[in-house]
Amino acid sequence: MNLISKARKISIWSWFWFILGVLYYVLPLYATLVFSLQMERGVVSFKAYESAFADPEFWRTFSYSIFLAVMTIIVSITLVVPTAYWIRLKLPEARRIVEFITLMPFVVPAIILVFGLIRIYSFPVVIPFTSIQIIPPLTNFKVGTNILIIAGYIVLGLPYMYRSVDTGMRTVDVRTLTEAAQAMGANWGTIITKVILPNVRTALLSGALLTFAIVVGEVILASFLGVPAFGPYLFLLGQHRAYEPAALSFTTFLLTWAAMGIIQLVTGGQGQTTGAH
Amino acid sequence: MDNKILTGHLAKAPRSSWKAWLGVVPFFIFAILFLLLPSVRLFIGSFTDNSGKFTLENIIQLFTQKTILDAYKVSIQISAVTALAGGIFGFMLAYSVTVGGLPKPLRSALITFSGVASNFAGVPLAFAFVATLGRTGFITAILKNVFHLNIYQSGFTLYGFIGLCLTYMYFQFPLMVLVMAPALDGLKKEWKEAALNLGANNLQYWLKVAMPVLLPSILGSMILLFGNSFGAYATAYALTGGQLPIVTILIGAQIRGDVLHNPGLGYSLAMGMVIIMAVSLGFYSWLQGWTERWLK
Repeated sequence: MNLISKARKISIWSWFWFILGVLYYVLPLYATLVFSLQMERGVVSFKAYESAFADPEFWRTFSYSIFLAVMTIIVSITLVVPTAYWIRLKLPEARRIVEFITLMPFVVPAIILVFGLIRIYSFPVVIPFTSIQIIPPLTNFKVGTNILIIAGYIVLGLPYMYRSVDTGMRTVDVRTLTEAAQAMGANWGTIITKVILPNVRTALLSGALLTFAIVVGEVILASFLGVPAFGPYLFLLGQHRAYEPAALSFTTFLLTWAAMGIIQLVTGGQGQTTGAH
Repeated sequence: MDNKILTGHLAKAPRSSWKAWLGVVPFFIFAILFLLLPSVRLFIGSFTDNSGKFTLENIIQLFTQKTILDAYKVSIQISAVTALAGGIFGFMLAYSVTVGGLPKPLRSALITFSGVASNFAGVPLAFAFVATLGRTGFITAILKNVFHLNIYQSGFTLYGFIGLCLTYMYFQFPLMVLVMAPALDGLKKEWKEAALNLGANNLQYWLKVAMPVLLPSILGSMILLFGNSFGAYATAYALTGGQLPIVTILIGAQIRGDVLHNPGLGYSLAMGMVIIMAVSLGFYSWLQGWTERWLK
């Protein structure tokens, strides 16, 4: 067999697997799209989308999920950026333990996390051996539940947020930047907000978008903590409607696509592996 | 980092000064409150009986109660099947766009799509598969109308084991693509040239050179997929409505109301799952390190 036909033979198999993969990716999405356009018998229409978007409950739950996502992203960045920065700058020996903690969601999946959170925070947290209450039962009031679910989402997004920020800081020399800023008289607050943050903005954006993709459709924490988010709404809608859930599923897919597409664009293909279902 | 002169006065504080640790205190407080405390609660709970005394009964019941053994069995079966099938399929796909000789643009398209698909799970994914392979699904209809094959009459159902496996595959093989593509990129051209120059054929090169290097990584990634599907809840719940008894669904039922009639057993069920996930992740990183040694 000469080299050219050998190369062609390899390529045929490559094409075979590739096309099979593309079919597996595309068919369910295509089927969802086609199904969502069939609400009116015999015609292709956007009626399911109109109907789904006309439901005020959709907007309520969807905007609530967006609120949760934005809060999660803000708090997560506030928590992760100074920590990752400090570790790079002053405390390299904490790297291993902090990295280990950020990987915990791969060991403690969402269903277990919410189990533990509910069991701890549906009771008041007291100082050991006393009855002095330091945290009231968080699951009993709205703000408490919000704190709990946002904290849970931060945990779930931690692997992606931390890794993306840490990688971002590796590529810009945070030490030299800090040195330069200090030489010009900047304080720590200024250094972090005016020097470090702008320099890792790509990393922040990709961490934020991944978190967004996780939070917006999330259903486990939301339904067990009983918050009116988009995930549980979509699930309930699926129990008694046919076309609207398909329309919203396809919309969710487009949102995920947009988030990942932007990450791909800004990081130049250095996207990350995920996996939290 | 290695420029000692520039960083001189930053390194003034001794390296492990307790003051330096103050900078990471907020992170650790967060981790203690929302990761450590809940985990410790489950851990302690699994060794406690209803009156709060220490017991090993919950752990023993984990291995003796049929409901629980069955749940673990189904969970392990689903995870093993989707890890193996998703692993092989994902590897072939990663192969085709890296060393398989397909045009470059296809590669970045596939990687992006894999990133999307590995994140597209839960309720929307379940609905997408209902639209595809459900009773009136797209493929179901095509098979019936074009090939005169009624899969639901021949015993197939999307809402059982096979259906769940097919659905899980949608986030399983993309994850494999994402972790294998860099490893396949790491294969050095020189190895292949050397092997071919020494008279080996392509098959021999793969069996004797490439595979031994990649095998730990392939195995490790499959174990990662195993854990990935073992912890999945939302997809299974949305698809089967909690009918298929897998571990996560059982835990969900236990949170909602004490279906096992023993809170401690619920905790030990959760702990068992955490241990399986931890072992999977441990094996993954150990095996991954094995391959990385070669690909550096």
